[in-house]
Amino acid sequence: MLVFALKRFGSALLVMFAISVLVFLIFFATPGVDPAARIAGRNADAATLAQVRHSFGLDRPLPVRYLLMMRHLLIDRDLESFVNRGSKVIPQIVQATPVTLSLVMGAALIWMTAGILMGTAAATLRGKAADPLIMLVGVVGVSLPAYWLGEVVNLLTQKQFHDSLFSWVPPPGYVGLGQNPGQWALHMLFPWLTLALLYAGIYARLLRGEVVTALGEDYVRTARAKGLSERRILLRHALRCSLIPIVSLFGLDFGALVGGAALLTEVVFGLPGIGKLTYDALQNLDLPVIMGTVLYAAFFVVLANALVDILYARLDPRARHA
Amino acid sequence: MPEPLLDVRDLRVRFRTRQGLVTAVDGLSFSVAPGEVLGVVGESGSGKSVSMLAVLRLLTNPNVTVSGEVRFRGRDLLTLPDKEMRAVRGREIAMVFQDPMTALTPVYTVGWQIAEQIRAHERISRKEAETRAVRLLSDVGIPDAASRVHAYPHEFSGGMRQRAVIAMALSCDPALLIADEPTTALDVTVQAQILDLMRELNTQGSAMVLITHDMGVVSQIADRVLVLYGGRAAEEGPRRAVFHGPRHPYTWGLLDSVPRVGGPRLRRLPTIAGVPVSPGALPEGCAFAPRCRLRHDRCAERPVLTPGDVASHLDACWLPPDDRAGLRLTARAAGGEQSGEHGEKQSEKQGRDTEVAS
Repeated sequence: MLVFALKRFGSALLVMFAISVLVFLIFFATPGVDPAARIAGRNADAATLAQVRHSFGLDRPLPVRYLLMMRHLLIDRDLESFVNRGSKVIPQIVQATPVTLSLVMGAALIWMTAGILMGTAAATLRGKAADPLIMLVGVVGVSLPAYWLGEVVNLLTQKQFHDSLFSWVPPPGYVGLGQNPGQWALHMLFPWLTLALLYAGIYARLLRGEVVTALGEDYVRTARAKGLSERRILLRHALRCSLIPIVSLFGLDFGALVGGAALLTEVVFGLPGIGKLTYDALQNLDLPVIMGTVLYAAFFVVLANALVDILYARLDPRARHA
Repeated sequence: MPEPLLDVRDLRVRFRTRQGLVTAVDGLSFSVAPGEVLGVVGESGSGKSVSMLAVLRLLTNPNVTVSGEVRFRGRDLLTLPDKEMRAVRGREIAMVFQDPMTALTPVYTVGWQIAEQIRAHERISRKEAETRAVRLLSDVGIPDAASRVHAYPHEFSGGMRQRAVIAMALSCDPALLIADEPTTALDVTVQAQILDLMRELNTQGSAMVLITHDMGVVSQIADRVLVLYGGRAAEEGPRRAVFHGPRHPYTWGLLDSVPRVGGPRLRRLPTIAGVPVSPGALPEGCAFAPRCRLRHDRCAERPVLTPGDVASHLDACWLPPDDRAGLRLTARAAGGEQSGEHGEKQSEKQGRDTEVAS
């Protein structure tokens, strides 16, 4: 177990190092891209450019610049934004993290519950009218882009029906869980549903296929020959085995979403999360912030994968000693 | 004759397929007495497994229709409510399947799965069930059962898994054990061990239906033999009678195609000409007629099981009932000519069949 953990940790470090180098190179070594020109503003003269270059350390060799940036980010923890001088990167990320975590965790809870219920129901009702109906709902969910759905939800809850049906819906934005749990949940409710709808559809479809396959397996026939109830066969045998591939997919999706892939939902609902932070930084080519958020995202993806590996071994005994 | 434990009358299993209605089991009747071992033999696709799955109502596909009557201890299993049927499955009739590699749920320990079956039928604690699982596993010959009970199926070898499946089947002391090719997926030494195990069970009093296409296996442990072809019974009788004086041309073919251990080697092992009949295209008359060397006009009509020299030995064939042994030689000679040689040699060795059989 310890060896396993150390190995995971080592490979995680390697992945994060590689990603940081890649991001760094994309911004500094791409031909034709000059950060100094962007920082100095339009039509800056050569003297200004040189001065900007010097003050931002852009005139030093690439490896030195990389190491300096990493030192500021990880050791001194005082890396500053290129765009808003004086605003530090790490506090921004620390501030944005709980917003994204609230959004993604809540949505994950909803989509896993809905996905498992829909997928299992559809698989059991296979051959009946309810199966294609449930799958149709799933497909509709998958096909609605979050930015569109989010805007429609906002339109309905904030404008069209705000005075009648949805008078209880607060304006878009974020309230901390620690400040007011009730308001927190109320603010997050529609973002959660919007984000969850897409994933619930995908997971329901995937799980349906897995359960249908499992129900045709020999071990299900054995379970039936043992005299178990259909309910027990479905839940304890077929569904239990079908969850194994779902969990690994969930790990990947969850990691990516916490890492900023929930951007569209965050932007539509005005949630100042990691996605929004990255998006704004990209608009300004604010490299320190980008570097910070990208490393943060990589960290979560790697962490989620490690957790999935552990969970996978718990779910599937065959993976334990491999 | 004691009242049969299981009495199947006119069992019919039909599959709705894209090519139309396919009859996999066509009016099959048989019975199993308490404590008896019935060997069911036939080629692949002859309806062996399907008929037994139908008995336990394990054919869950909505495109399957099962009709007829399956009387078990006086109740018709085909009309039993689901809940009562569940109480029969596993407790009164247990089933062992062909492939032990996939028959167990991969994510639970072997002991857990045995205990699950016990607890499905009896109100006992988890701990007691586990103790019983350990005992069952050691009964079927798994060494160090107390620790192996916590092993997962993938940690068992094929033979051990089949033992575990058998242990599970025996966990509630079933009156009838249906074993669907229990040794087919195993290698020969393990096969012998599993057969020994099953014979031992039989001496403890449980009746058994053993499905197989291996005549050697049947000759070792069956009391009675039922030969199926095309979803219909071709021959049925006590083991000795069937092996020593087979009456149906299909049974002749099955017995002749078993390689012999003693005596001069045959240049070529006899086979049954043609391919097994497809259940989608069962002929009106005798199902075996297209492959039979002795077919005649009467074969266009469907034969019924009729007793031959002994009342308990039945066959479904239109050949004259008295001189079947002589006809068998004729058929063999015809077969020899067709393959160009050794017709004579084969008939000389007819006496050896008895050796294989006993």
